[in-house]
Amino acid sequence: MKQYFSELYIGGMSLVEGLGVTMKALFQPIVTVQYPREEIDITPNYRGHIDLVLDPEKNTYLCISCGMCEKSCPSDCIKVKGEKMEGEKKKSLVLFELDFTKCSLCGTCVEVCPKSALEYSQEYNLAAFTKEAFHFDILKRLEERKI
Amino acid sequence: METISTLPPELIRMVIAVVIIISFLFLNAIMMGYAERKIAGHVQRRPGPMEVGSHGILQMVVDGVKLVGKELLIPFNVDRTLFRVAPLLSFTPVILPLLVIPFSEKLQARDLNLGLIFIVTMGSVNVMALLVGGWGSNNKYSMFGAMRAVAQSIAYEIPILLSLLAVALMCNTFSLKEIVGAQQNIWFVFLQPVAFIIYVVAGLAETNRAPFDLPEAESELTAGFHTEYSGMGFSLFFIGEYTNMFTVASVATVLFLGGWHGPHLPYGEYLGVVWFFLKVYFLLFLMIMVRWTYPRVRFDQLLNFAWKYLVPFSLVNLLITAVVVKL
Amino acid sequence: MLEPEIKEHNRFFLNMGPQHPSTHGVLLIVLEMEGEYVLDPQPVLGFIHRMHEKMGESRPCSSFMPNTARMDYVCALPYNHGYVSLIERKAGIEVPKRAEYIRVITSELNRVASHLLWLGAYLLDLGAFTPILYTFDDREHILDILESITGSRLTYCYYRFGGVCQDIDDKFIEATRAFVKRMRKRYAIYEKLVTKNIIFIKRTENIGIVSPDMALRYGMTGPNLRGSGIAYDVRKNEPYSVYPEFEFEIPVGEQGDCLDRYMVRIREIEQSLRIIEQALDRLPDGPVRSKVPKNIKLTPGDCNFAVEAARGELSYYLLGDGTSTPYRLKVRVPSYSNLSCLPELGRGILLPDLVSILGSFDLVIPEIDR
Repeated sequence: MKQYFSELYIGGMSLVEGLGVTMKALFQPIVTVQYPREEIDITPNYRGHIDLVLDPEKNTYLCISCGMCEKSCPSDCIKVKGEKMEGEKKKSLVLFELDFTKCSLCGTCVEVCPKSALEYSQEYNLAAFTKEAFHFDILKRLEERKI
Repeated sequence: METISTLPPELIRMVIAVVIIISFLFLNAIMMGYAERKIAGHVQRRPGPMEVGSHGILQMVVDGVKLVGKELLIPFNVDRTLFRVAPLLSFTPVILPLLVIPFSEKLQARDLNLGLIFIVTMGSVNVMALLVGGWGSNNKYSMFGAMRAVAQSIAYEIPILLSLLAVALMCNTFSLKEIVGAQQNIWFVFLQPVAFIIYVVAGLAETNRAPFDLPEAESELTAGFHTEYSGMGFSLFFIGEYTNMFTVASVATVLFLGGWHGPHLPYGEYLGVVWFFLKVYFLLFLMIMVRWTYPRVRFDQLLNFAWKYLVPFSLVNLLITAVVVKL
Repeated sequence: MLEPEIKEHNRFFLNMGPQHPSTHGVLLIVLEMEGEYVLDPQPVLGFIHRMHEKMGESRPCSSFMPNTARMDYVCALPYNHGYVSLIERKAGIEVPKRAEYIRVITSELNRVASHLLWLGAYLLDLGAFTPILYTFDDREHILDILESITGSRLTYCYYRFGGVCQDIDDKFIEATRAFVKRMRKRYAIYEKLVTKNIIFIKRTENIGIVSPDMALRYGMTGPNLRGSGIAYDVRKNEPYSVYPEFEFEIPVGEQGDCLDRYMVRIREIEQSLRIIEQALDRLPDGPVRSKVPKNIKLTPGDCNFAVEAARGELSYYLLGDGTSTPYRLKVRVPSYSNLSCLPELGRGILLPDLVSILGSFDLVIPEIDR
């Protein structure tokens, strides 16, 4: 008999306490951000898709077309082609394509590059209507960034 | 013009009152829908609707327009008459109790001698809507949900009746106007706190609101008795639910919280409705907060709670009231 | 959901189908029901089989790293940890101390995040709509902290053979300490809103009682096993990494019902915070990655490594054959054994109880199907 009443009392008090928690939360400020009207700053370490590093002195890429990134990629999404132009000692980069639909953002390509010629971009606002929009031409993106 | 002037003035007054009440109920559903979404949002530390209109004021209007514009789907093998009747059955009986509630001293559609009995009766008709909706959907899961809803509604009617009877015993009358009149000095919530709590809890269960919302859309398995409804049928269930909440809160206000009594206002006989609404919306605010706080009760625990806790307490309360009144 | 067919008397089959709000993932449970009682639940797996083990066996071992995070995405860092430790054990690679500490800190942060998500989702199954948003608010802080060093928010690929791929900075340490302080203040909210709530207690007490004998028979591990009273934790019983240097307890339940499993997980969050604090205090300096040959050749022979993921004991098994591609890679996931006791446990229970039990097991179906 006593258990009946004590259970009722404790239960009732717990319900009132729970209601108190939500009442308090009702008057606290909101913690969400009204995206896309307001935006948050993302950390500089954010892993977007890869981009070629622009060497500020030579105003070109650091890539030597060795193909290490292409070989070590687990998802086979990088295509690199270099050709030896006439009158030059080293190969120059002709094609650098990234198929972002397959990329798993593991970072292997950035790490195995012997010249550290790849970096992560900070693009997170990616949306498109076709699959082909995500076949990035990284070399063209570099050309657009050249000073 | 002659026909109108030959009609009894009482009839004209009643018709106007009914029209005002029904339009107010639609407005109430819109306001409560918006309030619920905003309160739910802020309890969850997010803003709720913000896009349509400033701070989302026009959200419910836009939702209403969308629902009206939807196709009224009627599934293949249903019983057509029952299927169409169910939303109407869920909306109409819950309006009727509001005709006898005194909103203020001179604002009452009709004061019946048996006002309290009328209210309880209309509350029981609400169960029919659930049953008809569930059966008419020709969906085994809807039927499942409807059966549970019927058992729940029937089980919780008894505590409602017993707690209301306690108040009726104290005032020696069933007429709502006199009950409010008798609360001039002290509100009945102080004289009958147990009955008040029992009535609010059981009323919440009658309206199928959380934490008792098993028949509703959030059931684990089925989507409730109103799965198959779209467009206006669905919104009628929705409006019916908010109206039912409003009715329960109004009855609680009238019987326990002193109706339209409050600090003095000019034109007090008509503006007493302001205090009435304040009290009703306070109770509705509590109901909305309860929905977003507690988890759902299991079905047999729900019935256990009614039979083992609410009914004995309300019976004992009635007994004590009877004894005290006689002395 | 499919139409149920009526068998004899009142019995019928109901599909708690692959798409369901209460099963956490794509899981089909075929229920033979009589009225409201479930007679025989039979889980059907394989809807999200993505052949991770086959991928591990057809590419060099260093290519498997992204897959580890995708198996259990809610608690991905222990999966990373298990795989890199496996290859390090096989190839005899040394890991610098600082890297081990960083691994422990990030794994424990991920464990807290996983338990917070479980808490919110469990209460959502039971019908309470607000606690999930409170736990996600807390989880956002962890995700922001981990994003600032790993670059990802959910599927981390942060550990490498021989260490971690990037060092942590002062901002990370500050943010983690602030989070530990903040999380300790939030316990009161969960205590009042959930743990003491009589409705929640009624839905979880004495429901789904797993006896210690049954738990051992089915090979359950993790908080499910500890809820039944057996104090087995891979971090204490088969210590790995630098866990022996930290002081923490193993919360154990008594009865094995849903409420015990819930309490075990709540107390594990506090223990994880203790480990994080101790690790931050003792963080040594040094390199975060040791020199590793580019092409790791796996010597013939097998190797095994077990870690404690948020859901139980996770172990990797590798059979090498002299090349850099494993001949066989097997992942033993905790949720598979946890789910396997459902047919015996779920005989003759009510349907809402089944939902409560499934939620308390903390299953992540993609890791079962791999």
